[in-house]
Amino acid sequence: MKVVGLVLATALALAIQTAIGRFLGNTIGVDLILVVVVYAALSSGPVTGLILGTIAGIAQDATSTGNIIGVGGLAKTVVGFLAGVVGTQFIVAHPLPRFVAFFAASLLHGALFLGTYVVLGMRDVGAPFARLAVQGLGNAVIGLLVFKIAESLPGAEDSRMRR
Amino acid sequence: MSLLDLRLRSGYLFLALMFGHVILISAQVNSRRGVPVLESVTFGVFSEVQRGTSSGVSVFRRIWNGYFGLRGAHLENERLKAQLADTLVELQQQRAQADKTRGLERLLELRDRANLRTTAAEIIASGASPEFRTISIDKGQRDGVARDMAVIAPAGVVGRVVTPGGRNAKVQLLIDRNAAAGALIERSRAQGVAVGTGEAHLRLDYVSEVADVVVGDVVVSSGIDGIYPKGFVIGKVTTVEKSGGAYRSIAIAPAVDFSSLEHVLVVLTPTPLQEAEAAGDGATETSQ
Repeated sequence: MKVVGLVLATALALAIQTAIGRFLGNTIGVDLILVVVVYAALSSGPVTGLILGTIAGIAQDATSTGNIIGVGGLAKTVVGFLAGVVGTQFIVAHPLPRFVAFFAASLLHGALFLGTYVVLGMRDVGAPFARLAVQGLGNAVIGLLVFKIAESLPGAEDSRMRR
Repeated sequence: MSLLDLRLRSGYLFLALMFGHVILISAQVNSRRGVPVLESVTFGVFSEVQRGTSSGVSVFRRIWNGYFGLRGAHLENERLKAQLADTLVELQQQRAQADKTRGLERLLELRDRANLRTTAAEIIASGASPEFRTISIDKGQRDGVARDMAVIAPAGVVGRVVTPGGRNAKVQLLIDRNAAAGALIERSRAQGVAVGTGEAHLRLDYVSEVADVVVGDVVVSSGIDGIYPKGFVIGKVTTVEKSGGAYRSIAIAPAVDFSSLEHVLVVLTPTPLQEAEAAGDGATETSQ
């Protein structure tokens, strides 16, 4: 049930992301798929994080124009795995740690994503630090909202207690 | 334990997925040389494997050829040595044959040049006594060789036949102490007699004190002895001294190197003197 929920959430994020991107272009500073992956990793562990990161990343690459399929998947797999490890090793039940986790995951994702392209010599990324920081802030805020929404759903408390 | 197992499993899964991503990316990206990265990396990896395998095989072959393969080397070595010895013998035979051919060519050239009827002969032995400078040739009376026939070589006069046998003959060399030949200085036409000394040089006797003779003059046969045809080189003047008498004391270095002679020509054409003698004998026999 949880897996289905995560898959649906990813699909929804992908749909929203593409819809937003369609209307607003590249000005949007958030990555909703990354938010879902990090959320899943923090709440369900590294295995879930890396599997969902792989699937979501490849799906995102496949639906993006000009992307090499696998680069986003690689970045999200790493981020999902590490976020899952962090989620199992540290207490991230409060907003601040979650914010930091989302922000750090966004920075890491951006570094991996852009770094891979740089290594392959296929993209001149310029100085992406400000853009990455803005995206990290956006992702962190949305991540906190996702946590808030998820915890407000019926049965969320029981599920957390079981974990 | 289960936590560790879970971590290990997630680690393996992580590595597997990362590997999959790398392959997926590599399949889509071309290297700077225009070859897909996946193909380039795969080829690079397998080429290293091939290189390693090749090196291993080479090392094995070297060891095998260097040690185990030497089992047959001894026999092969012996066979090659024998082959080399045969080849060397054959080479020497070929060389000897070539030398012989060159010598015969020189004789043939001399025969054509002299316009004399001759027969080529091979020297088969030298004289047994050091007091007499003689050689033996492989042509005798059966080949038309007779006593007092001149024997010549490409370099000059050799001697005369003194004892003709059936199939061989003894030749007195010009350097024998009992040998002599009518001679003249080619340049000044001064006449004399070339006489053997038993040594390596000749002596030119009976040359007038006033004759024009200098060191280096070529001495040739004059033909007046009735044995040697006219104009064949005897040697070169090496010393000219005044003897105090009517004649000069002249030494001649023979033109022929008697120590290295192998083939000679026996002049079968009789000289005018020999013809006259033969005619005289015939007249005597007729009158008798």
